[in-house]
Amino acid sequence: MIGQLIFALCFAGSLFFFSKNAKQIYRNIRLGRAVDRFDKPSERWRTMLLIAFGQKKMFKRITPALLHLFVYLGFVIINIEMLEIVIDGLFGTHRIFSFLGGFYDFLIGSFEWLALAVLLSCLVFLIRRNIVKVNRLQSKELDHWPKTDANLILVTEILLMSAFLMMNAADLKLQLYGFEHFKSVGSFPVSQYLLPYLPTSTSTLYMIERSCWWFHIMGVLAFLNYLPYSKHLHIILAFPNTYFSNLDPKGKLSNMTTVTNEVKAMLDPSFTPPPSDAIIRFGAKDVQDLTWKNLLDAYTCTECGRCTASCPANITGKLLSPRKIMMDTRDRATEVGHNIKKNGGFVEDSKSLIDNYISREELWACTSCNACVEQCPVNINPLDIIIELRRFAVMEESQAPTSINNMFGNIENNGAPWKYAQMDRANWTQQQ
Amino acid sequence: MENEIKVPTAAELLAKGETPDILFWVGCAGSFDERAQRITRDICRILQHVGINYAILGTEESCTGDPAKRSGNEFLFQMQAMMNIETLNGYEIKKIVTACPHCFNTLKNEYPALGGNYEVIHHTQLIQDLINEGKLKPADDHVFKGKKITYHDPCYLGRANEVYEAPRKVLESLDAQLVELKRCKSNGLCCGAGGGQMFKEPEKGKKDINIERIEEVIEIKPQIVAAACPFCMTMLKDGVKIKEKETEIEVLDIAEITVKANNLSK
Repeated sequence: MIGQLIFALCFAGSLFFFSKNAKQIYRNIRLGRAVDRFDKPSERWRTMLLIAFGQKKMFKRITPALLHLFVYLGFVIINIEMLEIVIDGLFGTHRIFSFLGGFYDFLIGSFEWLALAVLLSCLVFLIRRNIVKVNRLQSKELDHWPKTDANLILVTEILLMSAFLMMNAADLKLQLYGFEHFKSVGSFPVSQYLLPYLPTSTSTLYMIERSCWWFHIMGVLAFLNYLPYSKHLHIILAFPNTYFSNLDPKGKLSNMTTVTNEVKAMLDPSFTPPPSDAIIRFGAKDVQDLTWKNLLDAYTCTECGRCTASCPANITGKLLSPRKIMMDTRDRATEVGHNIKKNGGFVEDSKSLIDNYISREELWACTSCNACVEQCPVNINPLDIIIELRRFAVMEESQAPTSINNMFGNIENNGAPWKYAQMDRANWTQQQ
Repeated sequence: MENEIKVPTAAELLAKGETPDILFWVGCAGSFDERAQRITRDICRILQHVGINYAILGTEESCTGDPAKRSGNEFLFQMQAMMNIETLNGYEIKKIVTACPHCFNTLKNEYPALGGNYEVIHHTQLIQDLINEGKLKPADDHVFKGKKITYHDPCYLGRANEVYEAPRKVLESLDAQLVELKRCKSNGLCCGAGGGQMFKEPEKGKKDINIERIEEVIEIKPQIVAAACPFCMTMLKDGVKIKEKETEIEVLDIAEITVKANNLSK
């Protein structure tokens, strides 16, 4: 009875804290400007099913794709077991779903195989990160916390899966001894091999079974509450993020309507732009100038670095790293969120996304080649943010590299990015 | 001379009360860059050879605004776009072919919202169509037979607009040995010129992007690298030169390859 009470309290508490943190992240994402990503629902569902649910883009790199698939399937499917654990915890029952008979055996059997696959995959992931040192997992922006964060997540998953298997093994042994309520249910294709290593005393076995049960469920609840503080949010946000994907061709950049109104007014003096009270800022100086989708992108990023590994600027040693663009955007959004929460409204902190987080050198190294956008397994778009920051630098501050300003001047004066006269444009027709 | 190119302008056609079926958007590189001019003339040879009623804007053409837009100057981009749209709509242009993937992308994706609605195709798509229709057919004794050819995907044709097949289909018609680069199609590596980079010095780093790309090209030892973008052409050509491989590797545009294979330049 006391156990049920403690369980109910922990369960409710963890849901409460998680929803509190989730709300904060939702508010941070809503700091962004409006953008319409609610059209074409059927295409959006299809994109989400293929990219997030079906992991389509992960398979550009086959080894991590397979390892990740195991962990992903394990996570999704073993969560069915979580339902049983929660019901057992709340009502003091034991293996409540066991009435399913043969199907229950099948379920537990598959959970066991998956748990083993998750455990081994996470081990390989740890090796790839810390021993083999896969290149894209060693970049400078991952120093300190991001690397620790990643390792913590992997170690936690290994511990959770070990506890799950150990619990089953103890359960099975108790079943074999015909101990109390341990009826003979379930099939244990993996944990049966642990039996010889377990003690024979039923009371010790019972202790092991119970502590593993508690460790597993408490670990899962703790993990849930760790998510909002970690890079691991992608397990939830990958789904909305792919649903709200950009469905246009990758090459298409938005046309700024604020600019359209001004240009129309310049070309046609009789044109009066629609009145607007909003202060217009061209491009983005800070996270509030980006769209909510840019910020959702930032919170979805799990720092895998496929973007950076494919970025031509990064490959050739430039400072730009698309992953860092996303991490910086997320960190700044979190900082602004804290600021608002603390002060009841945003109080100027003399910081901005540009300069304090993302340098001009990074911005101007981008070739807008869309490799980062193409590679992202969850359709994050770092290029969009880079372009918005460039727009701010150019249109609000007139701060572009000199040669870029010269190019602007040439287009304005001669209609070509180079210094050639417009009248010479068709001279090539004179030669054969 | 039969193969001498005569390039009509939209203004000349209008004076005769005609409109072109397709407008050839030459682009700034195609107009002014000497290497790209050769590609431009080859496209005219193809258009003329198959008897398409086409025209160029000539001195009325102006930069699409792509480099300005990608460098953050939306004002300049929209000024350029609106002026160009006025010109194009004035000539009642319905269909555009262009040799530059950057122009292609901007005209196709970014002009419609500003009032410029055209069917826009890239010259590799036009050539593929002409091959499919039987209007272009490589000569029996053409120079590319059995040659080892690779193709470099321009970002703004490939990833940006997912045109991967058309240029490859053209090369497949040559009876040559096609080899893919390690990073190709959607995984293609940029030449280093996009996003305004063509007009500035690169930021400091270990090496230039076109060198990274050309090293990958050299690895597979092709005799010809096919390009489909005037900026890529410049970057690849410079890369080959810096690596002193000019005698072994030739950089040719798909249009140039087509003209040669069809004996249109003789």
